Amino acid sequence: MAQVKKLKREKHQAVTPGRPGGQEIMKGDKQRLECGLQGTGLSDEELRQGTVLTTRWKADAKYGWDAGVAIGRYLAGLKEGKILGVRCYKCHRVMVPPRLFCEWCYRNIDEWVELKDTGIVNTFSLCYVTWDVKRIKEPQIPAVIELDGATKGMGIMHLLGEVDPKKVHIGMKVKAVWKEPAQREGAITDIRYWKPV
Amino acid sequence: MTNKVAVVGIGATQFRSISPDVSYKELMFEAAVKAYEDAGIDPRRDVDTFVTCAEDYHEGTSIFDEYVPDQLGAALKQMHTISGEGLHGIAAAWLQIMTGEFDVAVVEAHSKASNILTPHGVAVCAQDPIFNRPLGLNNLFIAGLEMNLFLQRSGLTSEHCAAVVKKNRANALANPIAGRAAKLSVDDFRTSPMVAFPLSELDIAQPVDGAVVVVLASEAWLRKRHGYNSKPVFLSGVGWCNGSFSLESRTWERQDFVTKAADMAYRHAGIECPAKEIDFAEVDDTYSYKELQHLVELRLVGEGELKGWIESGRTELKGNLPVNSSGGALGMGYLYEATGLARFYWAVQELRGACGKNQLPNPRTALVHAWRGLPTTSAAVAILTV
Amino acid sequence: MGNRVAIVGAGMTKFVRRAQETGQELAFYATKMALDSCGMKLDQIDGVVLGSAPDTFDGVHMKGEYLSPGAGAWGKPYMRCYVGGGTGVFAVAHGWYHVASGVFDTCLVVCEEKMSSYQPHAQGAFLTIFDHTTERPLKPNLLWIFALEMNRYMTTYGLRKEDIALVAVKNKNNALDHPAAQLGGKVTLDDILSSEVLAWPVQRLDVSPVSDGAVAVILANETVARRVTDKPVWIEGVGWSLDTAYWTNRDLCYPRYVEEAARMAYKMAGVTDPRHQIHIAEPYDPFDYKELHHMEGLLLCGRGEAPQLTVDGVTQRDGELPVCPSGGLLGVGNPIAAAGLMKVAELFWQLRGEAGKRQVARKVKRGVAQAWGDLMQVGTVVVVGI
Repeated sequence: MAQVKKLKREKHQAVTPGRPGGQEIMKGDKQRLECGLQGTGLSDEELRQGTVLTTRWKADAKYGWDAGVAIGRYLAGLKEGKILGVRCYKCHRVMVPPRLFCEWCYRNIDEWVELKDTGIVNTFSLCYVTWDVKRIKEPQIPAVIELDGATKGMGIMHLLGEVDPKKVHIGMKVKAVWKEPAQREGAITDIRYWKPV
Repeated sequence: MTNKVAVVGIGATQFRSISPDVSYKELMFEAAVKAYEDAGIDPRRDVDTFVTCAEDYHEGTSIFDEYVPDQLGAALKQMHTISGEGLHGIAAAWLQIMTGEFDVAVVEAHSKASNILTPHGVAVCAQDPIFNRPLGLNNLFIAGLEMNLFLQRSGLTSEHCAAVVKKNRANALANPIAGRAAKLSVDDFRTSPMVAFPLSELDIAQPVDGAVVVVLASEAWLRKRHGYNSKPVFLSGVGWCNGSFSLESRTWERQDFVTKAADMAYRHAGIECPAKEIDFAEVDDTYSYKELQHLVELRLVGEGELKGWIESGRTELKGNLPVNSSGGALGMGYLYEATGLARFYWAVQELRGACGKNQLPNPRTALVHAWRGLPTTSAAVAILTV
Repeated sequence: MGNRVAIVGAGMTKFVRRAQETGQELAFYATKMALDSCGMKLDQIDGVVLGSAPDTFDGVHMKGEYLSPGAGAWGKPYMRCYVGGGTGVFAVAHGWYHVASGVFDTCLVVCEEKMSSYQPHAQGAFLTIFDHTTERPLKPNLLWIFALEMNRYMTTYGLRKEDIALVAVKNKNNALDHPAAQLGGKVTLDDILSSEVLAWPVQRLDVSPVSDGAVAVILANETVARRVTDKPVWIEGVGWSLDTAYWTNRDLCYPRYVEEAARMAYKMAGVTDPRHQIHIAEPYDPFDYKELHHMEGLLLCGRGEAPQLTVDGVTQRDGELPVCPSGGLLGVGNPIAAAGLMKVAELFWQLRGEAGKRQVARKVKRGVAQAWGDLMQVGTVVVVGI
């Protein structure tokens, strides 16, 4: 019972006195911001030593996405060593990755086209950490690659390889390095990486 | 509140147990094209604001908002996500039009349920991570707890719930887009496996894939566009409300958040006596008993009257308050965020007089209700009138 | 534009790397402080709006429902909006249309983020923001896209890293005066340029930290606002825009979506010459180059001109156009949605002259806050004034 009483009293003290409006409230606001902020930070140490209790949960969340008409055909093309794009007759763009509809004209696309497996680097990065934030010595080189045969500015994200990181530059010409036909499975990783021409 | 809001276009795909031929983008595109055609608009030119309703865990993509604009014609336009029921999206669009800043609003919701390989594993992630998950219970236990209490209090039995399933799945036979239509017999229920007593497998709405798109507009825009003689369906009131999230502190015997949501919608629609003024209702029936429970909470039927109502078939097509003439979630299939929007789609069809065999005679006022499913206490209600 | 809407109260928690509090508790702290700051009680709040970024961080599916009790949503109309990183500022627009529509007199806006729950590192949760078929198999890292964008921006305008790193110096030093800040510190240009390279051109100190925290603001219509406070801060304009999901098809050197969002907000606010009519800005700065990028998108300077303004000291607290006087995400911390709302709260305090040591030198009457997110694709903007 004593504990309950104490709790109640504390709660009472926390309630702001006074009516809405006026200088007093605003002063109170400022004070609270200066000194009354709540939130308790925990250190790594506290977790390591187990002074804080934790729970764990590994989510059982698995998905199998339907690729659909456009991406389905794109993947089938990759398996054959081809990069496919689509054309809209209204805005005349050749787009990649392919889609069933032109998002700017809002209409179905008109034609499938085969693009070249060469292109230019639109932008790149030299990445020294993996997706799960492990440091690596030799950087991965992700890039947006504008494909030859598509409308200017149409690129895909992929990786560069067989290149000195210091020599990579925007505007560099690159060519796809494919997996062996037997190893291809109809995935974006059927292209191993892109190398300078 | 000066702006009246009208429903000017609706579109939906077929609801199917699987849809391996199309991606979610292509599914949404189909529903959107149909809705824009129905409304006679070009989304790139005419639409001021877009709302999509989605939950990341249902999509298997974080920030699913990213992947929505293109297929709706919303690229580089005003578009945002509501992590809620399709009817919450309707509420968001309704509010936006009422500000006077927007004339035409589009609401989308969809389900690619077949792409979730571990639906129960995903559903459990909605439980409180500290208090509930360590117990290792499937979400459906919550429905079992609730159903048991509800049957006990109302004096109903599993047979009454089975009557709801039979009615809804039979209604779906005449709904051309429904995915779970069936003619069931009493025997089917006898052999239906128990899932979470007293909830059996047939009491549960089964998931389907599909997409629904709705176009709303201000009355002013509609009149300007289609002349003063057009007779649209009006969205005359929307209400939504949350109860207590915690399983430990919720009111198991009452779903008061449903009543609050309904009362908000009634107030805006000027409805004083819902039981008298509502001509037909599309009510959440994710689990069979939910339809009955919700009818009471929506103040459409007194709890003591339920038994008599079911036994005399008053919620059937020919009854005085047809409920779920669409087939409901039991008959159309459970569409995650799009479940409420699918009911909304059907209610608009009924008010337009386009429901074929399931057409009700001259309905004027419809209630559409949605619940966000287990373990939530989150409901939304829309009132449609002609 | 609808009814006038004012911000009348604001509150926040400390931003910390890992909070002992659950998400619900963080939301509660911020909400309580916001209510207390204007002497309002939860009973006086008509509706609640929540903003929070990916559910995967917390590992809680339907996170909005989970957070509802902490956000004071029990028994109230409650909705969660979602536009990725843009959510924090968008939540204010979302709350704005609740009140501007005339349906609500008051609306509580709460943003919460707890990024520390995801193990081993929050970055892992970001893997799932990429397209599941065409990008995720490459095992992309969130840093990639920023590095790609930054490189494009630098190359297009011939900028050096030094020009950009000045932003991080300014913001981290500004944050020294913010009592809630996680990472304020006396940082020099050399510190930043010599920090560990993560994904060139992005280095460790170019990036905002991973944080836990919550922020809340209270919106009210004119009648209530005048009663509650004699210094309401008016929401003069809101804007948002979502670009195509095909981010590799866009030119990354300029944020068109931010410009579209800004134009919408400026039009509503009657701002025709943002460079002179905006006195203070809180653009989104999760990375130092983003502040510059966004100043250009917000039309506060010409394309490629923002770095020069920073070099000239224009954007310092005592400069002509103070930018991120709060310390921004780089200094105060980046609990995603909460960080966006923190920017609006900062403008609220600055415009009322209550920002204490952070108070900017010039007299400010109108400010703009902006956030950005999804696949570098959404801009959300709020213009406030007194």
